[in-house]
Amino acid sequence: MRVALFITCLADQFYAEAGVAAVRLLRALGVEVDFPEDQTCCGQPAFNAGHWGEARALAKRSLEVFREAEYVVLPSGSCASMVRNHYPELLPGDQGALALSEKTYELSQFLVRVLGVEKLGEGLRGRRVAYHHGCHALRELGVKAEPLLLLQNAGAELLPWEAAEECCGFGGLFSVKLPEVSLSMADRKLATLPKAEVLTSTDAGCLLHLAGRMAKLGQGVRVAPLATLLWEAYAGQG
Amino acid sequence: MRAKAKRYPKEAARLLRERPSVREAVTGATLHFERNRLRAYGEIDTEAWRERARRVKDHVLTHLDHYLELAEGRLRENGVQVHWAEGPEEAHRLLREVVARHGVRRAVKAKSMLTEELGVNPLLESLGVEVYETDLGEYLIQLLGEPPSHIVGPAIHLTLKEIQELFHGRFGTPPDAPPEALAQVARRVLREAFLTAELGISGANFLVAETGTLALMENEGNIRLSTSLPKVHVAFVGIEKLLPRLQDLALFLPLTARAATGQRLSTFVSLLQGPAREGEEGPEEVHVVLVDHGRTALLADPEAWEVLRCLRCGACLNACPVYRQTGGHPYGYVYSGPIGAVLDPGLLGLEEAYPLPYASTLCGACQEACPVKIPIPRLLLTWRHRAVEEGLAPAWERGAIGAFARVMGSPALYRLLSKALRGLPLPQELQVYLPVLKAWAEGRGPLRPSPRPFHELWKEIKEEARGG
Repeated sequence: MRVALFITCLADQFYAEAGVAAVRLLRALGVEVDFPEDQTCCGQPAFNAGHWGEARALAKRSLEVFREAEYVVLPSGSCASMVRNHYPELLPGDQGALALSEKTYELSQFLVRVLGVEKLGEGLRGRRVAYHHGCHALRELGVKAEPLLLLQNAGAELLPWEAAEECCGFGGLFSVKLPEVSLSMADRKLATLPKAEVLTSTDAGCLLHLAGRMAKLGQGVRVAPLATLLWEAYAGQG
Repeated sequence: MRAKAKRYPKEAARLLRERPSVREAVTGATLHFERNRLRAYGEIDTEAWRERARRVKDHVLTHLDHYLELAEGRLRENGVQVHWAEGPEEAHRLLREVVARHGVRRAVKAKSMLTEELGVNPLLESLGVEVYETDLGEYLIQLLGEPPSHIVGPAIHLTLKEIQELFHGRFGTPPDAPPEALAQVARRVLREAFLTAELGISGANFLVAETGTLALMENEGNIRLSTSLPKVHVAFVGIEKLLPRLQDLALFLPLTARAATGQRLSTFVSLLQGPAREGEEGPEEVHVVLVDHGRTALLADPEAWEVLRCLRCGACLNACPVYRQTGGHPYGYVYSGPIGAVLDPGLLGLEEAYPLPYASTLCGACQEACPVKIPIPRLLLTWRHRAVEEGLAPAWERGAIGAFARVMGSPALYRLLSKALRGLPLPQELQVYLPVLKAWAEGRGPLRPSPRPFHELWKEIKEEARGG
């Protein structure tokens, strides 16, 4: 089986190690991994802000870049949802958009639903983990059980978090257009954060936003993308 | 009501800065409602109820002319005087006539968002009529001179302390009077109003077409009194509030109550069938005003009409993490929160309501809560797309998105940006990013990229598999 990784621009720039983790993990599970090097961004920021012309051009690029792929896997729920749910809306009648949509998965979704893997190893034994449900992974892609299952089966202690399913306030351009509201939402999220060793999520955007806010407030919790933790689950690293 | 939606970003920021107690009060109250809703939804086959309700509403909305005619005929048969109001002018004309004909000096009013749209209170006051809001929350904000902050809980943004201070100043109650004592005072004032008012005003949760029945939901009993004690009752009904059959109430009353407050049914439901007949008690005269105020035009909009399914339950406000930070006032119009963000552009025009579709992170919690499955995130995207098409996006945003699209459209430029993020000076072409990055970093500390981007690391690990 061959997977083309769509690493997404935020992960590429800010959580590069998550990409490496995803590659190693998939290979360890017997999957051949490609990284089409012409990829950039899925176009979601432009699409969500209403600039559909710009988003459409980027969607068309992605169609070309991933045309030959058997599966496309992203370490990001919201970018995966952009490709899966919004590309066909943005490019109505485009068979390529439909085809790409159908073969695109968020990483944990791919592991559980396509590979049928529910346990990666026990490398997270005893680790106290807080999981933030990225909104698009949760409500647009329906990815809820998969990451929790993989973390739990790796021995992690998933901490109950009142606001686990609440939006963190990132929202792409929202965080710049309405900065005060965005920060206020992050503060609410963080005020309810349980005493975790590590805070994780599928989405680099949410994590950047929360990690940045914690840094500003002097809160020191490790923040790691799900892909990184899943690799640790497999490889047993600390 | 005059819309101030354009000021949303400024007002939201100002409120967070100047009145932090609002955030605390609104978050607490909405979380309470939200937990109740989840419990109440958990008791039923929610998906089936919502789907059924969606279909009934879609049916009514797509055959609205038929049901409006039917409703008008039935209402008249029931002895109700039916009026049509395109907007506030006609509504005001009718009220002026009623006030003059009956010598109205005092009116009692049930909470109604539509009458906020129409500016009923200022009109009556200009005619020398004393108006009493009789819903306790609505009465509080009337005393404060504020608009409702929430569709269901108009005073949701107030703390007990603020209410204590208000009553202390107004009625001389002790500054630390318990809520029960405050309610006693309000009850005394409002009872007097009920007994002496010549006019009662209400909205309607539903209007059943086949029987001409007005259905009103409440928890305080004030609507019952407003619609039964005064000799004249005027009900303002948005044309989207119609239901085809009486039996539809069996679905919509409990569904609305569950969505709004987590109740199985509201404490009181009034089904009104016109003025009192011989030997009955009740109003001598009942008027129903069917109000358009932008709804027909919105119904004709193929991409935005679904918002008219709205039951005004407020569930989306309670579920919305954006609304929770500020309550409803910064939205600047009658309808706030997620539903306001997609309804107000339809009622006011996008230019007037421009920032509201952006008052969301598209998290989707609103759609999940909505009892009639209004696809709010999709409608938000539609209004945003139109805003951009109409040139309403600010220049900085157009610049930033344009630069973004150019960079992301070219792997070479993208690699240049990648280097710039790691310390090389940003080329001229990309400098439009700087203010955006700066704005971001202000509340969150500087952005710290990975030492090397993945696309560089890939070159090293590409061969790893072959090595072993």
